[in-house]
Amino acid sequence: MLHSVVSAAEESTTRNPLIPEVYDLVWSGVIFVILLLFFWKYVLPRVQKLLDERAEAIEGNIAKADEAQRKAEAALEEYTAQLADARTEAGRIRETAREDGKKIVAEAKDTAVAEAARVTASAQAQIEAERQSALVSLRSEVGTLAIDLASGVIGESLSDDAKATAVVDRFLADLEASEAAAGGKK
Amino acid sequence: MMVRIIAIIALLVIFWLGTRRMRVVPGRFQSLVEMGLDLVRVNISDDLLGKKDGKRFLPILTTMFFMILFMNLTGIFPGLNIAGTSVIGVPFVLAAISYVTFIYAGVKKSPANFFKNALFPAGVPWPVYFIVTPIEFISTFIIRPVTLTLRLLMNMLVGHMLLVLCFSATWFFLFSAPGWFKLMGVGTFAFGFAFTVFEILVAVLQAYVFTVLTAVYIQLAVAEEH
Repeated sequence: MLHSVVSAAEESTTRNPLIPEVYDLVWSGVIFVILLLFFWKYVLPRVQKLLDERAEAIEGNIAKADEAQRKAEAALEEYTAQLADARTEAGRIRETAREDGKKIVAEAKDTAVAEAARVTASAQAQIEAERQSALVSLRSEVGTLAIDLASGVIGESLSDDAKATAVVDRFLADLEASEAAAGGKK
Repeated sequence: MMVRIIAIIALLVIFWLGTRRMRVVPGRFQSLVEMGLDLVRVNISDDLLGKKDGKRFLPILTTMFFMILFMNLTGIFPGLNIAGTSVIGVPFVLAAISYVTFIYAGVKKSPANFFKNALFPAGVPWPVYFIVTPIEFISTFIIRPVTLTLRLLMNMLVGHMLLVLCFSATWFFLFSAPGWFKLMGVGTFAFGFAFTVFEILVAVLQAYVFTVLTAVYIQLAVAEEH
């Protein structure tokens, strides 16, 4: 093989390499035209199309990413705002509840105190009234009872009104004194 | 000729596979193909010509770059071993296309401006035009295509000869040389190896240079002023 290369080289040096052969020119021209058409009509349009597509894809992706970023930021802002709203809302509700609770407790306390006072007052009034009525009935009853008893003891009518009255009064005074002593003890 | 057809078939297959199912998110192979195409589109046509003109001339620049690149690379492929561009046909045809393209670009933009800028550079006192104009004419309309052709042709031709020299010397030293001369073969092989790697660089570089120069010529032709 190498020999053939050598001989080919020798052959080409025996010709003048600067004088082109006609067939050489013709076929070189044909090859050039074929290649030119191939690149011009086939390869380069496809490459151009590809480059356009690629540029478009990149731009599209960038636009898409921008869009997504913008949306995310908007959403974040919205959430933050909502969160702040919710916080203030919750604070407000808690405050109201606390105030309401205080008010309710205070009201309940007032009502209870008033009720207690009322109950106490009415009980005292009732007790007083009962005591008075008992005192009155007791006094009259005790008077007649004492007179009867005294009449029985003495065995005679107490005709002397003055005497009788004095006796009854003295008795009643004693009774009251003893009752007062008993009340003080109680 | 066979070598060129193989290179072109490889080129067509690679780019056909690479662009058959284009995805927005590229796979490994597609990334590689895109990288190659980006080199021409971004580094050559957009940088030198701007977006608008760059797009107009992109097909021709892309074709030039990959045609030269693949034909250059055949020079270091085992079994092919000769660069498609090391015979004058391809460089000549490509240089002619570059020539026609930049003149077309200039004339299309504004014929008067193009020839005025090319032949009568602004800011020069008028008597100097007697000297400048012929020089500009020769450099723009004669030297440019010739240098494009020769630069590519000679780079690839010389690279090929260097490789042939190194490897045939290796062969000779290893199998035909007497005694200690066989050791020389190791040295020449190392050189051959180094030049093979170097040829890869040259292949890419020459494809790049050819395309960049074409772009520059177009750019000069469509520019308002120099």
